[in-house]
Amino acid sequence: MNGDKIIEINSLSKNFKDLRAVNSLNLNVFEGDVFGFLGPNGAGKSTTIRMLLSLIKPSEGSIKLFGKTLEKNRIEILKKVGAIVEKPDFYGYLSAYKNLEILGRISGKEISKNRIMEVLELVGLSKRFKSKVKTFSHGMKQRLGLGQALLHNPDLIILDEPTTGLDPQGMKEIRDLILHLSKDQKKTIFLSSHILHEVELVANRMIIINKGTTRVEGYVQDLLNARKLSVSFEVNDEEKTYNLLAQTGWIKKLESRAKTVFMFMLENNEIAELNKYLVENGIAVSAVIPTRSLEDYFLKITDEVV
Amino acid sequence: MLTLIQIELYKIFKKWRTYIGFIAIGVLVPIIHIAMVFEGSNTLNFMTRNIQQSFVFVGNLLNGYLVSYLILTSLAVHIPFLIALVAGDLLAGEATAGTYRMLITRPVSRTQIITSKYLAGIIYTNLLILWLAFMSLVVGIIIFGTGELLVISNQTVIIFEKSDILWRFLLAYGFASLGMSVVASLAFLFSSLVENSIGPIVGTMAVIIVFIILSAINIDFFQTIKPYLFTNYILSWRLFFDDPVDFAELTKATLILLGHIAAFFSITLFLFKRKDILT
Repeated sequence: MNGDKIIEINSLSKNFKDLRAVNSLNLNVFEGDVFGFLGPNGAGKSTTIRMLLSLIKPSEGSIKLFGKTLEKNRIEILKKVGAIVEKPDFYGYLSAYKNLEILGRISGKEISKNRIMEVLELVGLSKRFKSKVKTFSHGMKQRLGLGQALLHNPDLIILDEPTTGLDPQGMKEIRDLILHLSKDQKKTIFLSSHILHEVELVANRMIIINKGTTRVEGYVQDLLNARKLSVSFEVNDEEKTYNLLAQTGWIKKLESRAKTVFMFMLENNEIAELNKYLVENGIAVSAVIPTRSLEDYFLKITDEVV
Repeated sequence: MLTLIQIELYKIFKKWRTYIGFIAIGVLVPIIHIAMVFEGSNTLNFMTRNIQQSFVFVGNLLNGYLVSYLILTSLAVHIPFLIALVAGDLLAGEATAGTYRMLITRPVSRTQIITSKYLAGIIYTNLLILWLAFMSLVVGIIIFGTGELLVISNQTVIIFEKSDILWRFLLAYGFASLGMSVVASLAFLFSSLVENSIGPIVGTMAVIIVFIILSAINIDFFQTIKPYLFTNYILSWRLFFDDPVDFAELTKATLILLGHIAAFFSITLFLFKRKDILT
């Protein structure tokens, strides 16, 4: 935690007729956080983001941004927030520049022509600033979406699936941009993504929700370190390896095997220990592949019955 | 607010559909002018067929005023369609394009968004009526010249002197703008309810056509409800071509139309402020 609470959500719920999309959600985002907001499709992520941006009204609970109640201080708060909500849509019959100019004029701050061009440059669209948005690919619209979120230099940036539709290079650029905004410009970033690996790479804190409810919240590293790792060992002799394991307690940690690949659930410090044991007993280990990731954790958490 | 209205007007006039109305009037009115050049005498004879035995008509009766009056009379159903085409798209168009999200996450209130869009729609409506006035009256006068205006109202022939006509047209077009603003308000209301602009356009036209038909049916029940149908007052601009002008009736019609505008706008605002943006 770096500083003041930038987002404070308490007992937030949203009902759509019989469907409870968000159910008593609590979360806190602190100044300077890159906060990962994870959950499977239909978990209530976008509904929560829409409530954060006053696109929809909560059925119950409260939202505070920058220490102020959203409902009563909406305009003042939104001056300090930039956002992409789901897929970015623009006025297709207008140019990228005009779209940003229009959005800039209602952003509560003076946005100069230079600033618009600077943002277009930042998201790699400066050469297409005159082109109508209807001629843009999905990836280009996504970049422009990021541009409009950054246009008025907000303190809090809410990004809902910002890399959807981007190629690997584009995804990396967005990831680098998020890190740059966080580290160099000290922005607070609320990042919703289904690409869990990305959250792992950029977020310092995260929450996993499912069926509108918090499943786990905390520091990314703490959450990952608290987990056992799934590690695959590729060996040269299947039978000998199995017999060796059977003679010791290692067999209990064996999760599965497929021919010469043995998969274990291990603590972090056990990987080297097992490797040493196998090698010292004449087994050639050709590969040790840890598959620890947020994704495993995410899948496990979201598979659990709420 | 002024900035928002400027932006909305910019968006309106950057859309192709906005110009359909101006092009339609720009094509249709000259066609009527051309037809009147060739067939105007016959039309005038047809209009006066029942009274030609009793009166002798002298002077230029087939003039720009008469042509403009006839055009204004005949476009009662067509102009609302052109209005609904744009007004019905003002909110639904944002929903279709998904741009509500961009707009509503900016630091402006929903009241400001709705009001600016509505006012932009009303400005478009008035510009369209102004264009109609220019095309029918100004161009009509250029082609046909001026003269007395012959109007047949309830089997009564009224002939207005040349000097007594222009103010009537100015007020009539002003009143037509008010009537069309009601149409724009209705289309705007429908536009706030759906996510596709076809619905508001069709819905608005359906209401207008049904109300006009109900007003025209000569059955006691329908005549009873007629005073409550706003379409009944949209054509009240014709009262400016009575002699004497029934200002009491015009005031009543004006207040009823203003009441409809206020009601349609208030309902739109009420609904939109509570609307969950899910597009």
